[in-house]
Amino acid sequence: MDLNYSADELAFRDEVRSFLKENLSQTLSEKVRLGKRLSKADHEEWHATLNRQGWLAINWPEEYGGTGWNAVYRHIFEEELCLAHAPRTIPFGLSMLAPVLLKFGSKVQKDRFLPRILDGTDWWCQGYSEPQAGSDLASLKTRAVRDGEHYVVNGQKTWTTLGQHADWIFCLVRTDPEVKAQEGISFLLIDMKTPGVTVRPITLIDGGQEVNEVFFEDVRVSVTNLVGEENKGWTYAKYLLTHERTNIAGVGFSTAALVHLKDVCAKQMSGGKPLLDNPYFAARVAQIEIDLMAMATTNLRMIAKAAAGQAPGAESSMLKIKGTEIRQAINDLTRRAVGRYAMPFVSEALDSGANAQGVGPDYAAAASPSYFNNRKLSIFGGSNEIQRNIISKAILGL
Amino acid sequence: MDFNHSEERRMLQDTLHRYLSDNYDAKQWATSVGHVQGCSDKIWSDFAELGVIGALFAEEHGGFGGGGFDIAVVFEELGRFVCVEPLMASGVMAGRLLSELGSEEQKVLIGDVIGGQLKIVPALEEPQSRYDLDAVETTAERVEGGYRLNGTKSVVIGGPSADKLIVSARGAEGLQLFLVDAGASGVERYSYPNLDGYHASDIALVNAVVPASACLGTSKAVLPALDAARAAGVVALCAEAVGAMEAAKDLTAEYLRVRTQFGRALGKFQALQHRMSTVLIEIEQARSALINVAGHLSAEPSLRDKHVSAAKNLIGRVAQLVCEETIQLHGGIGMTEEYALGHYAKRLMMMDHQLGDVDYHLERFVGAMQREAAREAMS
Repeated sequence: MDLNYSADELAFRDEVRSFLKENLSQTLSEKVRLGKRLSKADHEEWHATLNRQGWLAINWPEEYGGTGWNAVYRHIFEEELCLAHAPRTIPFGLSMLAPVLLKFGSKVQKDRFLPRILDGTDWWCQGYSEPQAGSDLASLKTRAVRDGEHYVVNGQKTWTTLGQHADWIFCLVRTDPEVKAQEGISFLLIDMKTPGVTVRPITLIDGGQEVNEVFFEDVRVSVTNLVGEENKGWTYAKYLLTHERTNIAGVGFSTAALVHLKDVCAKQMSGGKPLLDNPYFAARVAQIEIDLMAMATTNLRMIAKAAAGQAPGAESSMLKIKGTEIRQAINDLTRRAVGRYAMPFVSEALDSGANAQGVGPDYAAAASPSYFNNRKLSIFGGSNEIQRNIISKAILGL
Repeated sequence: MDFNHSEERRMLQDTLHRYLSDNYDAKQWATSVGHVQGCSDKIWSDFAELGVIGALFAEEHGGFGGGGFDIAVVFEELGRFVCVEPLMASGVMAGRLLSELGSEEQKVLIGDVIGGQLKIVPALEEPQSRYDLDAVETTAERVEGGYRLNGTKSVVIGGPSADKLIVSARGAEGLQLFLVDAGASGVERYSYPNLDGYHASDIALVNAVVPASACLGTSKAVLPALDAARAAGVVALCAEAVGAMEAAKDLTAEYLRVRTQFGRALGKFQALQHRMSTVLIEIEQARSALINVAGHLSAEPSLRDKHVSAAKNLIGRVAQLVCEETIQLHGGIGMTEEYALGHYAKRLMMMDHQLGDVDYHLERFVGAMQREAAREAMS
């Protein structure tokens, strides 16, 4: 048993830190720290910065321009980015579609799409959920009917994150309605500029528009955009989900959010003293830190396993549940910490680069919106209820 | 023992319920929230006509209610419809202060408040005061014929539509209250919406001069009156919370009945049934806490304030549970601005930031408990 990083790993961490010091602009990290809504340009700027360094595709093999890092290196890298308040990289192309293409895509598809993900030409979004297919994803109805060298797609996707910026969408579509739900699904790549594709942003209760509805009306898609075999999409989707879950615990996010919370507590006064001197509030913060310390180690235990070549299984469900609960609890405390300034809501003040004046201290504006926004954490990526089902089936054998 | 409301209160509640059903739909809500003052003149004058404002005042002050349960029945209905009109600020809080402390001349204003022609809003809290009503740094300096006020009041709910403000300030005599015209020179309002749709103002008092007649009550009476006003405000907030929680629960139970996944209604999954049962149990607890505090609004201050803190703490905790569980049980749809649930959820959470949050009232309750124990030990 050794709880420490190796000398090489520590050296790598230092390298990441100095890279961030030189390449992450103060403007950008302040936006992230203060919970502003990032613009497309903000995301693109950071994407390009990482790409220049060759540190963008952290889970791709080197031959395709990836870093080739193992799970420990990836973890160190992601944690340092969170702590420095770097924007998160948009995962849809990089860490969701790319692994599927690498494993199941044709050579033509790999050569065509992977370089365009790296250089930022294509922004990808994910077309999975539908209005009637949420937790029960396999019940999806969007139809793709073969017509010569094309599929004709009709239907609707929803909760499509940042779809309003996207050039392409990877979709699960139904190609055979006659067989068992999971066996009639295919994995299709669709150019968002194709006639018949419409995007409608959804305003969420935090006032932001980060998800969308995407409608397909007689959208013609070349059969060359089918990934793998027809009706095998569910297999690819499941494979994709295991990749979605490598950083599922979000330890870095929680650690950064806890640092921010303590900073807020130091500035926020209660009874003439800093809030962290209030034993009631201090106890709440301490409780979360205790939970986070243990979860960080649970996370490292899983990472060490993954680095030793064991594929993550149902354990990732544990990390998802615990990780999201902790993140939500920290958001909750930040909302409490700002007191009555949790109420004002000047939506424009949260927009990237906006000049609109917020109310109260600068850290207050995003406190309640972030609390509400991150209710999504226990809903998306397989709700925490679905994760508990997985644990009881796959681990407990119930 | 009788836990039923009186006939008059039931009638008032029914009248208000019917009125809001007919007049306060999603469109009206959006109109009020979208208005620059965050409320509707039409709704306000209807409230006056229906006697809803009068119900918040005692007969001796020209109303026909003013008890804890009068406030409770009104605000439970307002909560059920996420009504954002500033009745708590103007009707309950400022109304209490005026009734309690006003000179005969000042009390004349109560008639206009009940009639709906005048909105008076308390401007008590400050950027550094958090939830303490006596942590006042605004100053009142004696000048020829009156006082000069300087300071900042923050997140004053109802501020944008207020005709007059009740401002707390510290002067030579101690903590004082002043009735200030909201449009007077030296009173600068910066107004904005809150996350739950209510509107508020930050108010800068910059050499605002008021006549001596603007002083409300004697300095000695101010703090007890602020505590009493807060108690009434907490009754209103707790009742509003109970109404909002009932509505959020009903909306969620209905959704679980109609939403199908994996070939059956969500409501048929035992894991979700149990969570809804917990929600129901906790809302019943909240209703009892509300009854406790409403029933002790006229009790002697230490007993009253123990119930104030108990109710605000318990209901704050339950409100958070209801907010988070009803969103989670809905899934993504519960997070959309278009759907009603989010309005309830946001209101339930923001209430925790008014008149003291869960921790603030836990700390006060602990103080009351320790004082009681010390008294017992002495006797």
